[in-house]
Amino acid sequence: MGLAHINWFKYSSPQAFYPLAGRMMPWFVAAATLLIGVGLYIGFFVAPTDFQQGESYRIIFVHVPAAWMSMFLYVVMALWAGLGLGLNARPSFMMAQAIAPTGALFTFLALVTGAMWGKPTWGAWWVWDARLTSELILLFLYGGVMLLRTSIDDPRRADRASAVFALVGVVNVPIIYFSVRWWNTLHQGASVSMTAAPKMAATMLTAMLIMTLGFWMYSIAVTLARMRCVILERERQSSWGAHHSHRETMEVH
Amino acid sequence: MQWGSVSEFVAMGGYGLYVWISFGVTALCMLWEVLALRRRHAAARAGTNESIHDQCVVQR
Repeated sequence: MGLAHINWFKYSSPQAFYPLAGRMMPWFVAAATLLIGVGLYIGFFVAPTDFQQGESYRIIFVHVPAAWMSMFLYVVMALWAGLGLGLNARPSFMMAQAIAPTGALFTFLALVTGAMWGKPTWGAWWVWDARLTSELILLFLYGGVMLLRTSIDDPRRADRASAVFALVGVVNVPIIYFSVRWWNTLHQGASVSMTAAPKMAATMLTAMLIMTLGFWMYSIAVTLARMRCVILERERQSSWGAHHSHRETMEVH
Repeated sequence: MQWGSVSEFVAMGGYGLYVWISFGVTALCMLWEVLALRRRHAAARAGTNESIHDQCVVQR
């Protein structure tokens, strides 16, 4: 059977995606737990003390993964939103809806852990430099995307409005990323560069990358979980949502 | 490993407060998100079961 015969749209319907997401979730939870466990172990017990910042630098193992995920999830959310607008596909909007709160959470965590790192390193919890300010704007953008959805009663209009908002806001992501290069910021430059050799010890870099992978797997797991909630909530009125949930409940008993 | 004792590990070279608040807040937020989603899923399922009930009542 050729590739053309596979029905690629089979899993794009909420009815088919709901049980699939349920089956995928435990794998991503397991991967996240394992990766974060290994990342924490290397971060605290293998990685050496930083010669400039002492032990305070270990905040990097949550700060950088959280900050990366905050930007990455925004781009993924905007892609689903754009796909939803382009194809007028409801599942794409639901995907964007499922990603937003986790992206907002990681933005919040990047800001809080950044403050915890800023105080001992710069002597200030907060400075209005380009990196910090653009990351704060990212939190407001996530907030805007989510508020816009809850403030519009008609789900179709809410989908479209928040998708347009998400797409417009995506310009902020490269601004965050390049802010340390474009402006003279108190925030340090990129920890990892594609072109230059790493500036930190190999074990530090390893711990940071493993933690990032762990946060990534966590994000997929909670997005799938939220997608299941969104599917049930939206299909509440339709016969399928009721039927499926009812059937699963029956299977449990 | 650079830690001679548990208290040295907790102290984090004098930065313990900053380091542990960072990791603690992150852990709490992630656990809270997981628990909140569990509650939301349970509520959503209860909601759909209620709507079956409503439909049955209406049909009768």
